[in-house]
Amino acid sequence: MMDLDLSLKLAWRALMRNPLRATLTMLGVIIGVGAVVTTLAIGQGARASVQAQIASMGSNVIMVMPGAPSAGGVRIVMGSSSNFTIDDVDAIRRECPSVSLVTWTVRSSGQAIYGNQNWSTGIIGATADYFPIRDWTIADGTAFTDADVRNAAKVCVLGATVAENLFQGGRAVGETIRIKGLPFKVVGVMGKKGGSMMGGDQDDVLILPGTTVQRKFLGSMNIIGIVMVSAKSAELINPAIDEMSSLLRQRHHIRPGQEDDFFMRNQVEFANAAEQTSRTMTILLSSIALVSLLVGGIGIMNIMLVSVTERTREIGIRMAVGAKGRDILSQFLVESAFLSLVGGAMGVGLGLAASAAISQLAHWPTIVSPSSIALAFGFSAAVGIFFGFYPARKASRQDPIEALRYE
Amino acid sequence: MSAGNATNAPIIQAVDLVKTYAMGENEVRALRGVSLAIRRGEFVAVRGPSGSGKSTFMNIVGCLDRPTSGRFVLNGIDVSTLSRDRLAEIRNQEIGFVFQGFNLLPRTTALENVEVPLVYRRTGRAAREERSREALERVGLTGRASHFPTQLSGGQQQRVAIARALVTDPTLILADEPTGNLDSRTSLEIMALFQKLNREQGLTIVLVTHESELAAFMSRTLVFKDGHLVADHANPAPDDAARALADLPAEEALT
Repeated sequence: MMDLDLSLKLAWRALMRNPLRATLTMLGVIIGVGAVVTTLAIGQGARASVQAQIASMGSNVIMVMPGAPSAGGVRIVMGSSSNFTIDDVDAIRRECPSVSLVTWTVRSSGQAIYGNQNWSTGIIGATADYFPIRDWTIADGTAFTDADVRNAAKVCVLGATVAENLFQGGRAVGETIRIKGLPFKVVGVMGKKGGSMMGGDQDDVLILPGTTVQRKFLGSMNIIGIVMVSAKSAELINPAIDEMSSLLRQRHHIRPGQEDDFFMRNQVEFANAAEQTSRTMTILLSSIALVSLLVGGIGIMNIMLVSVTERTREIGIRMAVGAKGRDILSQFLVESAFLSLVGGAMGVGLGLAASAAISQLAHWPTIVSPSSIALAFGFSAAVGIFFGFYPARKASRQDPIEALRYE
Repeated sequence: MSAGNATNAPIIQAVDLVKTYAMGENEVRALRGVSLAIRRGEFVAVRGPSGSGKSTFMNIVGCLDRPTSGRFVLNGIDVSTLSRDRLAEIRNQEIGFVFQGFNLLPRTTALENVEVPLVYRRTGRAAREERSREALERVGLTGRASHFPTQLSGGQQQRVAIARALVTDPTLILADEPTGNLDSRTSLEIMALFQKLNREQGLTIVLVTHESELAAFMSRTLVFKDGHLVADHANPAPDDAARALADLPAEEALT
């Protein structure tokens, strides 16, 4: 092997013989590596934000929903078809040792008005435990209390988005707003949670005592939507599900062999579903990236074969003055590896730019990690060496006499 | 090596060299049993029409090719059966090539061209440059080190090629019609350079030429025909190329 700086100098000079051709050859690798970097950035960004969103559901949360699980996976059913009662909720609280907190929720929606500002938003009715179950902090003021729920008090806690829109930066706590025409006292404003997995803004919400929502907006005390439970620890999620399942079957008089009239979902399942989706995306995009790297590699092989032919005489001269087969082999290998590494570097640049552009324009979270850059570089070096090997070997096997005679 | 022990050991010994090629159905017998010896310090002209086997002979002497049968010993090493890589090493250590078409690497400076054989000898960068500058000096090209081949005249390019052949201190210089692409004045200059290297530094040179007048500058002539060595005469009093150059008419010297 000749020394590396000389090899690189030779490789550089060979590429500079025809910079346009070198650039066009590198294009495949540039696009391939760019696609790899971008794909990984989108994949990692998506995974991180899904994980953040799952974490934002709360800690060790189990959702208990009325109805049978739909075949397609998670479908959160809301409305009046509920067969849960407040007594069920109390029973879970009393009789399931793995459960730490329980709340029940009802949903509605409507317009909130403060002064001359109005804002249409979702309304969640719940009990005071809703806040700790969902790990939802109160940024200003307090949450409503169990007493508020017992008394169906006309108090509310604002999501950050609602507070911003109604109060335009002014302090909300202590003020009175009108929801669907009725006056409610604002007792607290919640901290920001950000977007949900379904794409909605979780902060665009009003939280009211569940009984108030039932009485004032739904006109019935019997309607309960989703029951949310937090297990005492992550290990106790499955025991809690089992305890609740047998309790509810017993309370709903479901005979053995009959289907449940409720179903449960927990974070792990949501996480798995999200993981599955992002894995599918990643596989799809990486196969596109791999195909373009492959095409790039074939481009390099093609141009190296041309180069070997063009430089037959040079090969002959080098062999005549003492170059061995492996000297020629390594010279051409360094050249193709150099070509694809320069392409790889440009591709990393392209990938960084594309990731930044995607974050800016499409508001997708992207994360470019050093390991993905290293991976992309590794790939491009491998492509250069793999596809450069055949032309380099061809060069190294030339017969010096024939090569010297080549015109 | 000094000129003093110039005529002792033979550095080339060929015994019954045969080379046959398969050309489609036919077998071409390029060499049909050639035996000869060349001693250190000789300046040998090789002549013969095309197809006479002289190129095949030169390829074997240059360790670019191996004989089909027979023995070829270069500087005490029997190279008839060596591997490609070993032959490359021998070429690098024992032989300096000078070609008709100069065969310099394009887009590569004179100095870097001269350095190439040392690169394959793993000589360090500083030593490489020093020895290459020295070799350029020996062929009278000081000050042209950083020129590219396209910036040099034919004669200068051939001098770079000769410097490249000299830089490894080879046992033997093989020149294949080195003046074939040069005008007669430049040809004489190159011949004078070869003569000087042969006389003052005791270099052994084997030179293929078509021109009979050039053979007069050398100490021995080999003639090939139909794969045989048909003539081998010594020339005890070769002409002096430097004097012939001085005798050129003045108007020709101006062109």
